[in-house]
Amino acid sequence: MNNKKLSPWLWTSALAVYAFLYIPLIIVIVYSFNDSRLNAEWVGFTLKWYQVLFNDGPMLHAAGNSLLIALVTSAAATLFGTMAGYAMYKFKLRLLPLLVLTPLALPEILMGVSLLIFFVMLNMTLGMVSITLAHISFCIGFVAIVVRSRLAGMDESLVEAARDLGATQWQAFRLITLPLIMPGVIAGALMAFTLSIDDFVITFFTAGAGASTLPLQIYSMIKIAVTPEVNAISSLLMALTLALIMAASKLAPGVFKAN
Amino acid sequence: MFKKNLGKWLISWPPTVYLLIFFAVPALIMVGASLRFPGDYGGLLPLSHVDEATGRTIIDVTRDNWRDFFTLENYTRLGSDAVYLQLFVKSFGYAALTTLICLVMAYPLAWLIARSDQKIRDLLVLLVILPFWSNFLVRVYAWMIILGPNSAFTKAINLLLGLVGIAPQTFMFSPFAVIVCLVYVHLPFMVLPLYANLEKHDLSLLDAAQDLGANAWQRFWRVTWPLSLPGVYAGAALVFIPALGIFAVPDLLGGTDGIMIGNLIKQQFLESRDWPFGSVLSIVLTVSAIGLAGLAALIGRASTRGGDE
Repeated sequence: MNNKKLSPWLWTSALAVYAFLYIPLIIVIVYSFNDSRLNAEWVGFTLKWYQVLFNDGPMLHAAGNSLLIALVTSAAATLFGTMAGYAMYKFKLRLLPLLVLTPLALPEILMGVSLLIFFVMLNMTLGMVSITLAHISFCIGFVAIVVRSRLAGMDESLVEAARDLGATQWQAFRLITLPLIMPGVIAGALMAFTLSIDDFVITFFTAGAGASTLPLQIYSMIKIAVTPEVNAISSLLMALTLALIMAASKLAPGVFKAN
Repeated sequence: MFKKNLGKWLISWPPTVYLLIFFAVPALIMVGASLRFPGDYGGLLPLSHVDEATGRTIIDVTRDNWRDFFTLENYTRLGSDAVYLQLFVKSFGYAALTTLICLVMAYPLAWLIARSDQKIRDLLVLLVILPFWSNFLVRVYAWMIILGPNSAFTKAINLLLGLVGIAPQTFMFSPFAVIVCLVYVHLPFMVLPLYANLEKHDLSLLDAAQDLGANAWQRFWRVTWPLSLPGVYAGAALVFIPALGIFAVPDLLGGTDGIMIGNLIKQQFLESRDWPFGSVLSIVLTVSAIGLAGLAALIGRASTRGGDE
């Protein structure tokens, strides 16, 4: 209808914002290949920071921890989150939506410190288990929301038709609903995996001295000094996240749309 | 009938129970912790002890001595020292400034995306979200590089400042570094709700305004802006709440001048080991953040209703 030309001024300011978003990340990646200790001037191309990274025992150990935590978190949060999303869509519940949505609206630090108090009160040794339990808790909500929005877009008459043809409620769910919402479930699983592997704040409070994850390891490194090894691990993490997002948007087109 | 309820029960209870145990109960325990005394070696002053002879747990709290175990002192302490109030005011200021800068940067971008061709719209939205999905610490680290004393950015700015006769500045470890990085990590949270709102606007309203003689500024200020307020308030809440509670950004970029309330909370739990006071700070932070966001939502609703008339 209204096809007014967008003013060049608008394009310029939008371009500036995109530059603001991307230039910092590009700098991190470029300097990961720079043959200099300082992230200041381009000296020459090298892969040695990646070499340093792959010989860094504690960093690799932390990466292994992160991977394990993210896999377990993703599996458990997908199960609970799918149940929650389905229950919230299907039934009129009061408590569950509150429990699912509130954590998403609170400052992360609140969940971190309250879980720290909770675990210590239970006399639990802080480490892999406490981190994983905490991660599952904050990931459930994200999965539930993705699954519920997928369900909301589903044609309910298909389930009714299956029921009319004699399918039990369970059969209708397993043969009709589940395959239809599967892209949402998978996208939710990938989302939980990414959130878990990226989380810093909640992990920081629930990790104790027992276990380190990739973000904790990065934090303790950059707290001391800026080193190109961090650029290398950062670049690899970006590549991993990008691959996961592309997989998720292939499996469930529209999952990452604003509305 | 029974079967139907069984299904409902089976599917809704596992996540409910999990979130009760690992979200709601810890939050309530923290409220309880805020009313207690710190222990001698960190943590909380125990309410019970194990009798060594019998091995039984004995509760120490009685009706007469509960005042030795529970107190409101942790809350009154907050008002007793101006330092805490100042830190709260400063953190609110940082978060508010971050929100404002995000709004100014996000509005033209969101408008452009909403008015651009359907074909490239999804791509433009994806380009806003992508950086947000890279690791949070990586995004903070990027600014440690850019604002570092030897970086090209710092040198270029100082060269320009030198031309006008201003002494060289350092950018790392300052409130400036904190705000820039807070804007950077939160910007997508402002763009997305704004875009979602602006996309739905009826453009014929703008044509009507123009036909009635409104200039560009009037069309924006009297038509687009009031209609976009729900998006503005949603974005503001999504930026303000996490920005207020953040501790990693001031921790890594703020130095001593740039600390925020999140740093004080972290300090109470890890260094001072004063859990009751740390709990009080977390609770006050959360309640005030949510309260402000709720207030903004109410104002937003009221003002949209006004706009319809």
